[in-house]
Formats: sequence, structure tokens, C-alpha cells
Amino acid sequence: MAFEGLADRLQTTLQKIRGKGKLTESDVNEMMREVRLALLEADVNFKVVKDFVKRVKERAIGQEILQSLTPGQQVVKVVHDELKQLMGGEQSKIAVAARPPTVIMMVGLQGAGKTTTSGKLANYLRKKLNRNPLLVAADVYRPAAIDQLKTLGKQLNMPVFSLGDEASPVEIAKQALEKAKEDHHDYVIIDTAGRLHVDEELMQELSDMKEVANPNEIFLVVDAMTGQDAVNVATHFNEQLDVTGVVLTKLDGDTRGGAALSIRAVADTPIKFVGMGEKLDQLEPFHPERMASRILGMGDVLTLIEKAQANIDEQKAKELEKKMRTATFTFDDFLEQLGHVKKMGPLDELIAMIPGANRMKGLKNIQVDEKQLAHVEAIIQSMTREEKMRPEIINASRRKRIAAGSGRPLQEVNRLIKQFEEMKKMMKQITGMQKGKGRKKGGLQFPFMQ
Amino acid sequence: MSFFKRMREKFAQQTDAVTERFKQGLAKTRNSFSAAVNDLVKRYRKVNEEFFEELEEILISADVGVSTVLDLIDVLKDEAREKNIQDPNELKSVITDKLAEFLNKGERDTRLNIQEGAMTVILVVGVNGVGKTTTIGKLAYRFVNEGKKVVLAAGDTFRAGAIQQLEVWGERVGADVIKHQEGADPSAVIFDAIQSARSKQADVLICDTAGRLQNKVNLMKELEKVRKVIAREVPNAPHEVLLVLDATTGQNALSQAKVFNEATNVTGIALTKLDGTAKGGIVLAIRHELDIPVKLIGLGEQMEDLQQFDADAFVYSLFSNMLEGEV
Repeated sequence: MAFEGLADRLQTTLQKIRGKGKLTESDVNEMMREVRLALLEADVNFKVVKDFVKRVKERAIGQEILQSLTPGQQVVKVVHDELKQLMGGEQSKIAVAARPPTVIMMVGLQGAGKTTTSGKLANYLRKKLNRNPLLVAADVYRPAAIDQLKTLGKQLNMPVFSLGDEASPVEIAKQALEKAKEDHHDYVIIDTAGRLHVDEELMQELSDMKEVANPNEIFLVVDAMTGQDAVNVATHFNEQLDVTGVVLTKLDGDTRGGAALSIRAVADTPIKFVGMGEKLDQLEPFHPERMASRILGMGDVLTLIEKAQANIDEQKAKELEKKMRTATFTFDDFLEQLGHVKKMGPLDELIAMIPGANRMKGLKNIQVDEKQLAHVEAIIQSMTREEKMRPEIINASRRKRIAAGSGRPLQEVNRLIKQFEEMKKMMKQITGMQKGKGRKKGGLQFPFMQ
Repeated sequence: MSFFKRMREKFAQQTDAVTERFKQGLAKTRNSFSAAVNDLVKRYRKVNEEFFEELEEILISADVGVSTVLDLIDVLKDEAREKNIQDPNELKSVITDKLAEFLNKGERDTRLNIQEGAMTVILVVGVNGVGKTTTIGKLAYRFVNEGKKVVLAAGDTFRAGAIQQLEVWGERVGADVIKHQEGADPSAVIFDAIQSARSKQADVLICDTAGRLQNKVNLMKELEKVRKVIAREVPNAPHEVLLVLDATTGQNALSQAKVFNEATNVTGIALTKLDGTAKGGIVLAIRHELDIPVKLIGLGEQMEDLQQFDADAFVYSLFSNMLEGEV
């Protein structure tokens, strides 16, 4: 999960002062050293770190914190505010040309993920913005780069413009624009060849392409795992091409992603999107606010809620809530819930978005086996209708039959049924709790968490 | 004897192509790094706390990594205190000495484990976009030039176009490529490749795999399985498990090395794109924090630019202009 290391580190530091009534200057100094090391370890550029720590320290040593009653909370707020500010203001949008097509050029170093991101962006434009983009394969250098984009096009059922790897990229750009006008595409996404930024020759070629294509947006694709060099990369491309936005890829890895902070601070180029996975729909707009919260381990609740809303309709949610309250929750309902959860994305990603999850004992580094979910489904689907409605009738011989039907061992069937019963009880308690009745200890245990 | 005296003696005679390649490939790192250190030494009259703090920053900005830097600075401070070094100029040679010491720590054989008279199986792993397929192409080129028969296994069945990319390389260097269609089980591809390489009496089989981020548990399990298939089919194989790391990667490289090592028992690291970055420092962090030798480094885009790692040549190329005129 992105930034988790940074969050952990800041949290242990901040926890030390959280309980304190008052802060001395040496407290602040020690804390700032921790903040500094944490940010450096997270690959934030050292110059950016220096400025950052200085700013936080000024605000921390000033009366704002020392005189406040809960200094720990204040520091968290200051760090959070500064981080947020560092990563830029509002979420950015994609430009629209006055006269279509709108042209987007994708540039970046080798292996940053330009081609995949081009595919994702095309998908995003069509699905979220109802556009009709044309993908253009202009990477004539890397072996099979054109094939890669064509394959992505096929997966997305989208046209890909290519002149093979013999034509010059400038020529490709020129013809692609004509083609786009002809076929009434409103967006053109040009995938260019990756380069090591030492390569002036290829840089020149990009400038030439820019001249011809006259792009409305130039997106610099940057690997989120990039180290101290991220700043140089962004600065260099920016100087040559006037980059209009950054796409940060591979943020679904466990990198701390300090590159995001550095680029934003030094190159003054907004981060517009983040790549969150290998699938073509895993491109998300960049939210500085959410990212800052995530850095501090406050959880990414907004994204979680968004995901849930996109997948569950309200009517059904109300029905479910009633069922939970009255404890008439059946295996059928359970199966349906599983379906919703699965639609929201990989479970470990969801859990990581829960605030404080990385500090909760049972949830820290939890590894959810998606196969286990399939097994649970198989078991439930091997029950008769009646058994699903009234689990209490499932006796020993029925259990045996279910085990045989689902191809899972008997113990697993037993465990699932037992956990299901416990879950029902828990639900009663939780819904009861909300009404102000007694509180019970213990966590919610789902059958697929072991 | 100081490191540089030793190095000068070693490299004075051999201004051969290899050393030249090192020097060229590391030009960016060298220029930014030694310029910074030189500048630092000029600005300070005395070695003091601020001096070390700035040195710390220079090292960190080269991606050496916080904990390695802190260790190194501690060692340098001790040394300065012990020998009562006040003049920053004097400390310069101590810095290079200690850096070289860190790099040479637990010196390991950086040669690839190549079987004589039997088939060598090399498994190549790494995260997305580090240059696995390109590295395989260059490795294959090297083996073919040595007169070996090489077979490539297209184990990246996930990324669009990956199989074609490997095929292009196969054609370029003259190696057979064994493939299935996209989306096939990589273990099955590798299995077939082993059988085919055997019947063709190949000397080297290089197995490509799909890039994967190390925190994807299921994908790492898939990799474990691939490794198992190789181990089952060929005794003592894989002879090398090469983890490809991108030199522009920051501290995440360490996490990559750790997790991939757990899943596949990495035997060596291939560090790519070193010529593109001014931050070769990650080599130091890897040597200091992990017990995995760096075996290959990519110093350029030419086929010959994949070189066997040589710690001495590396440090020498890094500092050659910094200590000019010094003995």
C-alpha cells in the first residue's frame, strides 16, 4: 500500500507526543528529525524535505502548538496541512480542445508504464467522460511496443492507429490526426517511445512531434517507485516539453511514493492521475487531500465510500440493514454481499483503506486469499434453497453432502456454518449497539478471514 | 594502502574496454556525486557537525538510503575523531576508502553460475518495467557470442505484447523462443521450454516472467510455482535467479529484493538503466543491507552494455575524477 511506511513512522513518532500535555523545544526537534528521516526514506527529494521540515518546525515551535492543550493533535494537523499543500491544490481535469480532437501526448522514461497508461486513459475517457478516443502507436523503437498497444486496443475494443515501426513518429502523429478528424474521434492519445532522459536525440524528436501534433495535454508518466531522481526527470521533461500533468504509476505497490511529493514541489506540475493496478480500469484521479490523509495513516475513507457507492444500490442496502437488524440474514444474502465486496476490488486493497487498519493487530499485513472466497462461494452454492434460508436445519448428513458437492473438506463446511452463525449474532449486537444498548467486546469475524 | 593507491595500480595498466564502459556508463553519477563532494570540501575549513550533515545529504540524494547513510556517517565520524582529522581535504580519501569498504563487504563472486557440459537454467524476475525482457535479450546475445545454444522461454503471458517483444529479441540474437498464447499458465510455458531446450540440447535456457509488484501475494505464489517446476524438471536448477532492478528506483528496491528473495531465492541482481540516472547509490544500499550480490549492471542501450559487476571498477569509475592528482 502506498505510503504506509511513511504513515507508520510518523505515527510512532507522533504517538510519543500524543499523550503529552506540553511540548518542549527538544521534543519538537526530535520529532522533526523523525519526520525528516521518514520522508527521506520515502524517497522524497532531500531539498523538498528540508523545506518541509523547516516549515513544520516553524509552525510547531510557534505558539500554535506549544500553547495548545493537545499538542500531539496539533502537530498531526500541521504535518497534514503542509503535506496537503505540498502536493498541490485541487484535483485536476483533462483539457478539452476548442476544436476537436483534443490531443494528449504520453511521455516518460522507459518502463514507467506509458503504454499501459495510454490504454487506461483511453478507457477512462470513454467510460467516465463518454468520449471516443483514438490510440496512436508512436513508439517505434521498443520491440513489440506497437503490438502491445494493439492488444490493449483489442481488449478495450478500441481502434489503434499505427504505421508499423518503419515510419517516423512525427509522420505517425501527423497522419493520426487526420485519421482522427476523418473518423470523428474527439480525443487522440499518442503513446511515444520511452527514453532515458540523457537522450537528447529522442528528446528532440518529442519536441518535433509536439510541433506537429500541437497537443492540448502532455502527460509525463512517472513510476511511483522512482527515487531521488524523480525531480530531475520531471524538471528535464518539463523544460523541454512544458508538461501539463503527471501520471503516477504503480502506486498499488508498497512504495512509499515520495516521488509524488517531490515532483509536485519542485517541478510545479500537477499530478492528475494515479495507476492503481494492472487492469485497464485501475486509473484514478489524484486527490491531494486523500493522499495526505493516507500518508498520515488516517485511511482513505473517501475512496472506500466511493467504491462502495459505485457497487451497491441503496434500496438493497436498506433491505440488508433490516435483515441484519432482525437477524433474518441468510446464506443467500451472504453470497450477494460477497459479490458486492468482490466487485469493489481486491480485499487487501479495501482493508488498507480502512483508517488505522495498518495499526490494528489482526488487520496489519493481512493477506486475504481470494481463492478462499471462491471456496466459500462453492460451499454455499452446494446448499439447497431451504438450507440457505434456514441454516439451522443443516445436520451432519447434510454437511457431508455439501462437502462432497463443493469439493471442500468437511471441516471447512463446519467452520463456515459456525462462523456464519457467529456473524449473525455479531450483527445483532452491532445493530443493537447503535441503538445504545449494551456493548460487547470482540471484532467482526468474516468467514474468509482466518 | 589506501583504496585509491590500490586501484590506481590495478587499473593503471588496463585501460581496457570494460573499464571504459564503466566510466562512461557511470558518468552521470560520477559527475554529480564527486562534484558535490568536492564543492563541500572546498566550502568547509574544518570538519564539523554541519559538514557531516551536508555529506549525509549528498549521499541521500544519490539514493544510498537513510540507514546505510547513517551507518556510513557514523563510521566516518569515528574515523575522523580517532585520527584527529580536521582538514576536510584529508577526509576525502577516508570517504572513498569507507565507501569502497562498504561496497566490498562480504565480497561475493559476481560471475554467473554457468554449468559446463549441462544445461544452465536462468530465471529472470522483477517488478514491472525494470527491463527484464531487454536484459534477457542482452544476456542471450552474450551467450550466443560465446558459441552457446540459447533457448528463451516466454513466461510473461500477462502483459500485452510481451511475447512478441521476446520474439524480436530471439530473432535479433539468434535464439529459439518457446511460447504459448497470451494468458497461458506461465509454469506450463516454462515446463514446455525445458523439454524443448533439452531435446535441442541447448546450453542455456533463460526464462522470462511477467513483471509483478512484490506486494501482490498471489502473483508471488505463481512465481514460487514457476521456480518449483524448474527445480523439479532439472536437477539443481534454476542455477541463477536474477532479480532485475531499475537503478532509478528509490528505497523500494530494497523491499523488492527482500520479497522476491523470499519467494524465489534470488542468486543475483541485475541493475539496469544505471547510465540514465545520477543516483547509482542504490548499489551501496543493496550491498550494505542485503546479502545478495549485484552480478550484472546495465550501462547503456547497446547489446554489449550489460556488464558483469565489479565493485572495484565501480568505485574507481565513480571517484576517478574526484581524487585526481591525489596519491
